[in-house]
Amino acid sequence: MNKELVKKLAELLKNRKLKKELRIMEVCGTHTAEFFKTGVKDLFPEGLSLIDGPGCPVCVTPNAFLDLAITIARDYDVIVATFGDMIKVPSSYSSLAKEKADGMDIRIVYSPLDAVKLANDNPGREVVFLSVGFETTAPSEAIAILEAEKQGVKNFSLLSCNKLTPPAVEALINADEVKIDGFIIPGHVSAIIGRKPWDFIADKYGKPGVITGFDACDLITGVLSLIDLLEKDEKSVKNEYRIVVRENGNEHAMRIIEQVFDVTSSVWRGIGDIPGSGLKIKSQYSRYDAERKFPATPPPVKEHPGCRCGDLLRGIITPPECPLFDKVCTPENAVGPCMVSSEGPCSAYYKYWRR
Amino acid sequence: MTKKILPGHGSGGKLMNDMISGMIKEILGRDSIQIDDSAVLEIEGGKIAFTTDSYTVTPIFFPGGDIGKLAVNGTVNDLAVMGAKPEYLSCALILEEGFGFDEFERILISMKESADSADIKIVTGDTKVVPNGKGDRIYINTSGIGVFRNPLQRKPIETGDKIILSGTAGDHGITIMSLRNNLNFSSALKSDCAPLNKMIDSVTEKFPGSIKFMRDATRGGVASVMNEITAGMNFSAKLIEEEIPVADEVKGICGILGLDPLYVANEGKIVIIADSASAEGITAELKKSEYGKNAAIIGQIDSVYPGKVYVETFIGGKRLLPLLVEEQLPRIC
Repeated sequence: MNKELVKKLAELLKNRKLKKELRIMEVCGTHTAEFFKTGVKDLFPEGLSLIDGPGCPVCVTPNAFLDLAITIARDYDVIVATFGDMIKVPSSYSSLAKEKADGMDIRIVYSPLDAVKLANDNPGREVVFLSVGFETTAPSEAIAILEAEKQGVKNFSLLSCNKLTPPAVEALINADEVKIDGFIIPGHVSAIIGRKPWDFIADKYGKPGVITGFDACDLITGVLSLIDLLEKDEKSVKNEYRIVVRENGNEHAMRIIEQVFDVTSSVWRGIGDIPGSGLKIKSQYSRYDAERKFPATPPPVKEHPGCRCGDLLRGIITPPECPLFDKVCTPENAVGPCMVSSEGPCSAYYKYWRR
Repeated sequence: MTKKILPGHGSGGKLMNDMISGMIKEILGRDSIQIDDSAVLEIEGGKIAFTTDSYTVTPIFFPGGDIGKLAVNGTVNDLAVMGAKPEYLSCALILEEGFGFDEFERILISMKESADSADIKIVTGDTKVVPNGKGDRIYINTSGIGVFRNPLQRKPIETGDKIILSGTAGDHGITIMSLRNNLNFSSALKSDCAPLNKMIDSVTEKFPGSIKFMRDATRGGVASVMNEITAGMNFSAKLIEEEIPVADEVKGICGILGLDPLYVANEGKIVIIADSASAEGITAELKKSEYGKNAAIIGQIDSVYPGKVYVETFIGGKRLLPLLVEEQLPRIC
């Protein structure tokens, strides 16, 4: 990164005079955090607001999923393998962290393949991997299943809550609850699916979008480019992350996802059931599907009555507008997932912006 | 077969006595360890500093050190940052049944080397053995006594004072994390575990009135130390991102896992707050030590966000750097 060049770009953003107020949504949770962390949000010109979207995988995972995971772990005494982000997320009645303290065997892994290894290392135990994530993690989750099959690992399975992002963006646009002028589109997701699947934003809904990466240079370029598209009234989806994102994405990764998963509907916290927005394990791999392998009936889902994570994930409010924010809901005692996940908007506001 | 720790090594009987006199005392200091119930120490008149710390780490051996080196240096550094000269150390060992003597010996030798390098004498100790499965191979507690030679004058911190970091942030924590999780991307990555007392001595001697605060940035990293300083005060601490030294390997792993190196543990780094006139001189003095060669002025005290710590990123944006509730966890994607 040429720092001097980026500093000049930063000046351009800071001094940009907008023709009118603009509201742009960053879909991706990593973007949410990086806008704060890099200081780019601090340089936004007057009239430009950033609306946090539904792109933090932990945040959009509904309580029902964690409830099911905890019930399976209790009923079948399995080892639960999970990404670290999920540990502190509250479920209806508990959290993985609380269960771990009470003796549930919960292991943090960095990759789904680590969970396959865990199964290999514990031949007498069942290992269930909590497969939470978007298109970005789905290929490695598919590979874990293929690898388990190749190695003949029988005690590994995956509880899928994998989600696809474009249908969620479309659902938000259709819900029409909040004015969004344009989108900053996830870089990592697009690395897998490519630029093309986002064309609907412009073609069908007449809104511009810019795909960009995650460092200060990427973020500033992405925002400036989106402002340009908006002010020129150009309805297109532009790729400003060409070093990583291709038109058709990573076709190899897409084939692996298609080999293992079928597209299905999926429930998103705050948004509800969105057709075509989830991935379920194909029936030919059902022996790796924890949901089928370990039938379980979790208790009825309970939501905290005051929690507004759902409204937040639909862009209706910003974290400081939630009545629980920094009062009842803090990282020590989080009511909703948006406060615990490192990519959650509440966590980002709490950490970087309470000044 | 390799010799292993048995319950009898903690029994108070012959096995234990043989181990203590034939091995532990032999390695840690035949002349310094006093075998009585207490060590009797010569102390010059004046004030002493006294500290204790327990060490548990997995894995017990890591690039750049081991639990023994950590246990000596950690306590040495806690004394040194107070402005005290570390003199005497105790060493209490909790050993798990089945722990190999060869590894145990390596740890004792490492403790001895570290103590020698820090010029501190190990004078007393204790050994306990816990049953197999009730411990994690070896735990070490060390307590240390230091004598004040160049006590810090601790003048009040004020706007304009500079913040100095004695080297790269996050090396130890990221080394351990990458070993625990097989994230071994780089062979250059190693713990910064080091005795800092001599480096600290040299700056406190040369700049006796200029250092207002000094602390080793261990658990919770640089960010946590800075928050301790600003909490409840009428000044804020501004860290300039571009000036904070971070090793490329640490940057890389932090980037992948979504971690902030400013919150990651160090075992050989100190944070100093000094008046601005002496800051350059102190940094230059730190750089003379092999443990301070990457020292840098990383920020200053101001009054922008009283009571808080914030980072100015290289593009000039600001973000807060609060105390974390608990350890950072890696993100999903």
